[in-house]
Amino acid sequence: MTINTLFFGVVMDITGLRKAALTLEKEMTIREFQEYLLEKYPGLIDINNFAFAVNESYVKDDFKIQDKDVVAIIPPVSGG
Amino acid sequence: MEDRISVLLTPKKLNQQKCYDFVQDASCGGIVTFTGTVRNHTSGKEVKQLEFSAYTSMAVKELIKIAERALKRFDILKIALHHAEGLLQVGDIPVIIAVSSSHRKAAFEACEYAINTLKETVPIWKKEFFEDGEVWVNAHP
Repeated sequence: MTINTLFFGVVMDITGLRKAALTLEKEMTIREFQEYLLEKYPGLIDINNFAFAVNESYVKDDFKIQDKDVVAIIPPVSGG
Repeated sequence: MEDRISVLLTPKKLNQQKCYDFVQDASCGGIVTFTGTVRNHTSGKEVKQLEFSAYTSMAVKELIKIAERALKRFDILKIALHHAEGLLQVGDIPVIIAVSSSHRKAAFEACEYAINTLKETVPIWKKEFFEDGEVWVNAHP
């Protein structure tokens, strides 16, 4: 399955990308996706501290990602 | 509920009067506003400028959620949450919250709730620019 992944803030600097279409061989939870991302982008050492949003809503670690989902990695926010 | 909420995420200069005028109402006994301003220092270092970037579509949704929750939780009439995107200089305004209510207590509480929650949940990131470099704020908790 293919998921669209969005990178922001420090994550954008680490990956050098704003977004990426990633092909996953199996269904993954957010927790498994974190491991996958860390392998692909070893600079993301703080990945376990980052929040995740799927289709523009925050999700928990055990959320199962579906085909065509838009998954955003949300490093600590600092608006205001 | 929508006519009681004004949410904005914009690259343009924020307008305090607009927020005030939106929440102002004859039935209200008071209006509380919070205006964030760009500070010229962080941890003793001089800040030259700031840049705010956002996950715009989600940030707008999260701002609306905060406004809706504030309307449910507090006895207020209207609420405005406006946030700026892009480069800001020292003294510029990145955020404005305005709340109106019959009695002041609810407006004070709702305003504090809104700015505190915004800082925790809305996907907006601040980058600080110093003489010798730049850093994402809170990027490494």
